[in-house]
Amino acid sequence: MTIEIKTSTLKPIRNTYAHIERRFGDKPATRYQEATYDVHSTHNFHYKPLWDQDREINDPSRTAVVMRDWYDLKDPRQFYYGPYVQNRSKMQENAENNFKFFEKRGLGESLDSSLREKIIELVIPMRHAEVAANLNNMYGTAHGTGTAVTQALIYEAMDRFGNAQYFSKIGLALDGNTGDSLATAKEHWMSNPAWQGVRAYCEKTLTIKDWFEAFIAQDIVLDTLINDLYYRQFDEWLTQNNGRDLLLLMEFMQDRAKDSQRWSDSVLKVVVSESEHNANQVLAWISTWRIRAQEALEPLASALLGDKALADAFAVLEKRLTKVGLNC
Amino acid sequence: MSPKKLNLKDKYKLLTRDLDWEFSYEDRKEAFPYEEFEGIKITDWDKWEDPFRLTMESYWKYQAEKEKKLYAIYDAFAQNNGQTNVTDARYVNALKLFLTGVSPGEHAAHLGFAFTGRQMGGIGARVAAQMQSIDELRHIQTQIHAMSHYNKFFDGFDEFNHMHDRLWYLSVPKSFFEDARTAGPFEFMIAIGFSFEYVLTNLLFVPFMSGAAYNGDMATVTFGFSAQSDEARHMTLGLEIIKFLLEQHEDNLPIVQKWLDKWLWRGYRLLTLVAMMMDYMLPQKVMSWQEAWELYFEDAAGALFKDLERYGIKMPDYTDTIKQEKEHLSHQAWWIFYQYTHAAAFHTWTPSAEEMDWLSEKYPDTFDKYYRPRWELAAEMEAKGERFYTTGLPQLCQTCQIPMAFTEMSDPTQVSYRESIYNDERFHFCSDPCKSIFDNEPEKYVNAWLPVHQILQGNCGGGGLDKVMEYYHLDDGVANLDFEGSPDAERWKDWKGVA
Amino acid sequence: MSRVQIAFQDNDESRYIVAAIKQDNATAVVHYEPAMIRVENEGSLIIKRDTVSEQIGMEWDVQALHINLITLTGHIDEDDDYFKIMWNN
Repeated sequence: MTIEIKTSTLKPIRNTYAHIERRFGDKPATRYQEATYDVHSTHNFHYKPLWDQDREINDPSRTAVVMRDWYDLKDPRQFYYGPYVQNRSKMQENAENNFKFFEKRGLGESLDSSLREKIIELVIPMRHAEVAANLNNMYGTAHGTGTAVTQALIYEAMDRFGNAQYFSKIGLALDGNTGDSLATAKEHWMSNPAWQGVRAYCEKTLTIKDWFEAFIAQDIVLDTLINDLYYRQFDEWLTQNNGRDLLLLMEFMQDRAKDSQRWSDSVLKVVVSESEHNANQVLAWISTWRIRAQEALEPLASALLGDKALADAFAVLEKRLTKVGLNC
Repeated sequence: MSPKKLNLKDKYKLLTRDLDWEFSYEDRKEAFPYEEFEGIKITDWDKWEDPFRLTMESYWKYQAEKEKKLYAIYDAFAQNNGQTNVTDARYVNALKLFLTGVSPGEHAAHLGFAFTGRQMGGIGARVAAQMQSIDELRHIQTQIHAMSHYNKFFDGFDEFNHMHDRLWYLSVPKSFFEDARTAGPFEFMIAIGFSFEYVLTNLLFVPFMSGAAYNGDMATVTFGFSAQSDEARHMTLGLEIIKFLLEQHEDNLPIVQKWLDKWLWRGYRLLTLVAMMMDYMLPQKVMSWQEAWELYFEDAAGALFKDLERYGIKMPDYTDTIKQEKEHLSHQAWWIFYQYTHAAAFHTWTPSAEEMDWLSEKYPDTFDKYYRPRWELAAEMEAKGERFYTTGLPQLCQTCQIPMAFTEMSDPTQVSYRESIYNDERFHFCSDPCKSIFDNEPEKYVNAWLPVHQILQGNCGGGGLDKVMEYYHLDDGVANLDFEGSPDAERWKDWKGVA
Repeated sequence: MSRVQIAFQDNDESRYIVAAIKQDNATAVVHYEPAMIRVENEGSLIIKRDTVSEQIGMEWDVQALHINLITLTGHIDEDDDYFKIMWNN
């Protein structure tokens, strides 16, 4: 039996899901829109969390920040799962080739031994700091409001875990895959004075209860400073000090940081411009955490680059905050 | 010197387990405050065995590859109007049930694993939970995208999230996942990671996906099989968490056993919707619910529980009840929806003569005796223009929230009622296991947002069915009522060029 | 003894994997179902990188089976050169 499809009658009866239509009008939607908007449950919860009996399971009051619509935190990159993994997969392929090249050409062996020591002491321990970053962002995924921000937070969290693994791989590239550099780096993380401030800062961030405060302490304050120290200043230093080969191995972290900042800038801007209440709250958090960050990073920045480095990094942080309308 | 190559296991350890450290500046309990309140004892997180060893690099690489393939198929499906190739438009109602009932559960699981991925003290377990969390996000988003094209041509999809939070039958899956998310991290891992994603997963996915394959639904098959590969990793996490907890301390055994008993039952009740889908909603049938249960539970779980015996774990007591119920479940469930379809966002219909013969063959001891007469009467009434819709509201079980239509297995003509008094109030249950679940944690279950109670209290729009339908965003005569005469049915006839 | 099983999407690459499984697991039984290839064996089942690579004609990474995998039953043991599923009873 042949079936004749009358193509003229195959007109869609609607363009998209009702909640998307309510937001954007009766027209075809993007995949980002359909995957993101109004996905979180908002009503009629059945049970109180055993671990937080005063709130609902999804609850905007888990942060002091107030938004009329949390979906205003649209990701400028428009990452939903597919584009996210495909983007990182391309970056990963690049990194994989870089690591292969580094190994094939024996660039680890030919590295100056004092430079190798410096990297193991002052760069590889970042693999541990990235664990805190992973956890702080995951915290926001679990307790944040609205898929717009919570999905971006899990992408950030998994990115940071990826960073931790890349820093570890740098160690393995330098120690001939024995793992010795990682053991040494861990000792530095645990007891070298250069790192104790950062380690204390990281441990403290893991006790923060407000998920947006965790975002501020981690993604805005600490990360801006660390990114500037490592991916701009130390990048320049390596270039001038026969360390260019190592830039191959740090490219992923650098590129990823740039990409991520597009998103975190946007989050900060939208939240801060929403209301005076939000701006004041964010400012208060920034004030607290930048003082802690200053204290934490002094010994590390000094050891890595010298006494002027941290002030330069703070200037970059100031600029970033000013750009989104925050004047500290 | 060429570098010594680390094997997968050793390398993975350096790239994950070794990343964590002992805190000195803060009390670790401040950073991981929920590890102890459930009574679970962890003596050594180092004993955790990574269930699979995927680095983030590999994750991005292989998942990106899967995503490319998946979306190519979605595009092809849309371009070719693949929805016209399904066996019959009735089939699409199974997808409506999936999107409104199951997909939001994926999102809930995503948030739940994000929670445990943050809160568990052992980094090996956290990494596995975090990967599962992002996988579940993948699932909800790829499901929304798979159904997006169906949504353009059929009713009942477009308000999936609004409805999930409000409709009477959708509180069944909603409460299931919220029960898990509101529990502590270890209970969540056993509830979803083990009971749902290991023991019961094949009973959810294989019927839906095979149903799709047998009924010409390429988009769903592809989604299903692509998602299932993530499920393979989830299964290994589920198996590892239960082994780990049982091996850590003997005090964990009674707690884990209690959770297993609770969650296998809640999961089983949730699967009522699948039972009905398999036996009544697929024009081209895959196998009966009874057959699926025998294959995917009685056989498979048999092997599993044999493995767990060494820890002292026992098969829950009610598995005998479930064995008996398998010959009744789907028929009772479809009857509920048949009579309430005026307030549901998918269509129902009486089984055809052919379908009834299939049901007789698959259920020789029960169908002709208890259920055929009912369907024949319904068909008679329909032929007379008196298609039956009930005018009352159902009593719901306080725990599983399914309307109380399940019967005693000792006498399938008697509805099964159980009750408990708590704080001078009477609560109702469909079965002994649902009652036990309540009795173990009454403080938790008294809070449930029972849709029918809420309607009667006036919290669902107002005092009449029309107000409730408005609250539901359910337009009368569109997504609801019998399949015959529905806009879906009329459009289907139009596309197929039949009168 | 209990049965283990593993299922793949029915596509080109999976067919090579299944051929390799048959080569290394003499008693394995293969079922062809809509869009899926399911393989069962008593007790355990091993997938060897070398065998699959030979079948495909190029270097195959064991973890690439994640792309085609649908589901499996049993405990996993994996390393660079193999992927094994088994029961302990």
